[in-house]
Amino acid sequence: MRASTVPQLPFDWPRALKDAGMVAGVVVLLAIALLGFRIQDTSGGPPLAYRFDDVVAVALIAFLGRLGIAALRAQRAVPVLVGALVFAIALTAALVLGADEQQLFFRSTGLNGTIALAAWILSARAAWLVWHAASETSAELREARMDRLSAQVQRWSGWVGPLLLGLAVALPFLPWIDRRLLDIATLVATYIMLGWGLNIVVGLAGLLDLGYVAFYAVGAYSYALLALHFDLGFWLCLPFAGIMAAFAGILLGFPVLRLRGDYLAIVTLGFGEIVRIILLNWYKFTNGPDGLSGIPRPTFFGLPMVRDAPEGGHSFHSFFGLEYAPIDRVIFLYYLAIALALVTNLFTLRIRKLPIGRAWEALREDETACRSLGVHPRNTKLTAFAIGAMFGGFGGSFFATRQGFISPESFTFLESAIILAIVVLGGMGSQIGVVLAAILLIGLPEVFRDLNQYRMLAFGVAMVVIMTWRPRGLLAHREPTVRLGHGPPEERHEGPHA
Amino acid sequence: MGYFLQQLINGMALGMIYGLIAIGYTMVYGIIGMINFAHGEIFMIGAFISFIAFIALGLIGIGWMPLALLIVLVATMLLTSVYGWALERVAYRPLRHSPRLAALITAIGMSIFLQNYVQLLQGARVKPMQPVVTGGVRFFELGEFAVAFSYLQMLIILITVGLMLGFTLIINRTALGRAQRACQQDLGMAALVGIDVDRTIALTFVLGACLASVAGLMFLLNYGVIDFYIGFVAGIKAFTAAVLGGIGSVPGAMLGGLLIGLIEAFWSAYFSVEYKDVATFAILILVLIFRPTGLLGKPDVEKV
Repeated sequence: MRASTVPQLPFDWPRALKDAGMVAGVVVLLAIALLGFRIQDTSGGPPLAYRFDDVVAVALIAFLGRLGIAALRAQRAVPVLVGALVFAIALTAALVLGADEQQLFFRSTGLNGTIALAAWILSARAAWLVWHAASETSAELREARMDRLSAQVQRWSGWVGPLLLGLAVALPFLPWIDRRLLDIATLVATYIMLGWGLNIVVGLAGLLDLGYVAFYAVGAYSYALLALHFDLGFWLCLPFAGIMAAFAGILLGFPVLRLRGDYLAIVTLGFGEIVRIILLNWYKFTNGPDGLSGIPRPTFFGLPMVRDAPEGGHSFHSFFGLEYAPIDRVIFLYYLAIALALVTNLFTLRIRKLPIGRAWEALREDETACRSLGVHPRNTKLTAFAIGAMFGGFGGSFFATRQGFISPESFTFLESAIILAIVVLGGMGSQIGVVLAAILLIGLPEVFRDLNQYRMLAFGVAMVVIMTWRPRGLLAHREPTVRLGHGPPEERHEGPHA
Repeated sequence: MGYFLQQLINGMALGMIYGLIAIGYTMVYGIIGMINFAHGEIFMIGAFISFIAFIALGLIGIGWMPLALLIVLVATMLLTSVYGWALERVAYRPLRHSPRLAALITAIGMSIFLQNYVQLLQGARVKPMQPVVTGGVRFFELGEFAVAFSYLQMLIILITVGLMLGFTLIINRTALGRAQRACQQDLGMAALVGIDVDRTIALTFVLGACLASVAGLMFLLNYGVIDFYIGFVAGIKAFTAAVLGGIGSVPGAMLGGLLIGLIEAFWSAYFSVEYKDVATFAILILVLIFRPTGLLGKPDVEKV
């Protein structure tokens, strides 16, 4: 299995050069205005700064990169491996040794690091090809391979799920876990819960909801306002917040759910903005942009997680006779998030098997057929919308109690987009895919918080790259319920994709 | 009465800007049936490129305004359309035969990317610009209130009407327009009769980006401040306009844009500035409830 077994096609140099040149030209056109010039904020000095060297650098990198990819496609892996590796090592070494930024490609470590990373990826790909002497597989083959893999994962989900759960439960007691990591884990768990909630609407019922954050906001503000004005506790307010959010869902859904596809998307997007604007401007009620602070923390069966017990009562640590440790509260919140997420998951798994869950999935596939079978489209969709909203509301009140402070700034469209991205990237309707996508999209960027500037940039790129690579989501796999012809006699998976 | 007229003029100028962006949405939607979520960002990039071009022209000493405006217009249309092309190439073409939601996610990803890209390269602060086109005609003195029709507003309306005419010619008279209309009816059939579908879709994105960049230039002239975040709000309002007018219909987009601009101007003038966006979306929801295909849209026939 060495490279000689693969027929070497002649490498079409003129064509590759022309192609790479065109890519470089496009990159120059893209970069010339926005990268080449920079509007200066300070008054007095020159109004523009110039960075034409950066433009040249980007174009050069685009040219080389394109050439390298073309060479890989034509089975010329060895030269690419050598070139990319030398480039990557040199750049990484320069970065690590702290070379003068002016001497490198760009004046920022982040961009140089990105370039180095891209070079490493290219050389890894080349190394893979050299090692396996395999031709670049076609898109269909790759897709089929990935499908098999995700089917495998879902077949394993019988024990992967409990395993992950066990890991999640044990997480706070692992030796290398500190407070920061635990906070990130809590955040990831919150998004997993929101993802599962939205999955009911988008994945099961097939309704594109771009304003999920509205229900999240309704839940958060319901809890905060109830707790602040009526002095109610978290556990009492949680169902209320869910009901309020579900009610908001019905209120919005009732008139608009007969719209189809993208109309629904734009209306939900508009609704999300409406809610945010009202929260921002209704000063008397919501305290406007200043937000609400001093939102009470949840209690552990009535025992507050504070250092000093309230008069005549106990706090958590005094009741159990423990030393007071601030981390206790963090761990408690983490478990709370896990518990809420689990409730969402169990609910989804069970309701999928009920007639209503079946009706959602059927509606997603074919509305006309459903209608002829006596399923009422609007009412069925409305239940999905309301239940999804309810879980959004739960998530919102958890968010409020965890932060202790909420303001309309936390409920922008970006949140909706992130939650939707988690659902779609995970593979629509796949429960474990949501977990995977939430860890990828929320956990990883949080770990790299220090690269703050580039975080959202990379986030956007990741969304594009993952989606292009796996258009149906990371773990998209649907077993057909009925097979035509002589498919492989695999066991059928009627059950939930846990 | 004077106040009303003034708001009418203001609303029209604003509506023209929304209309120009909305055409980009409606064309893309008409052909591939997808919301081009990053279109608002293209508009924002158009505004930034115009700003940079203005400063650069000022530095090399081209001060005569009509010439400067013309150069900026051409430069921003040219450079922004490359962004439109690249957007289609990166976020839409690879996903042509994938589930529609996939392309929506890549478009949202591109939108997040472009916003942060501009923020990173040009800084997060709001960029103010000196007014370029000043003065106007006061043509209506009613009591103490004078209705002013500024040269800028005239310019906006003039350019938009000109672009609209040119655009209608392209759609109705050229080979590209025929190809676009064919693709709108049936992508597969269009490909069968020899239309280069990929090229037509790419050119649609380019045309949309051209119009959006002009809208960006007008926004810059009209408001004088831009930041990396303007694309989002303008984008969803323009999309609202496209839906309001009936998505897929170019005159509908212009009409929807005008309506949104007028609603915004009048609501701000007579009710409250804070809730102008709420009014816009509320009217959108109302229109969709009673006329689900928008004002000028054709009802889509449901096939089994």
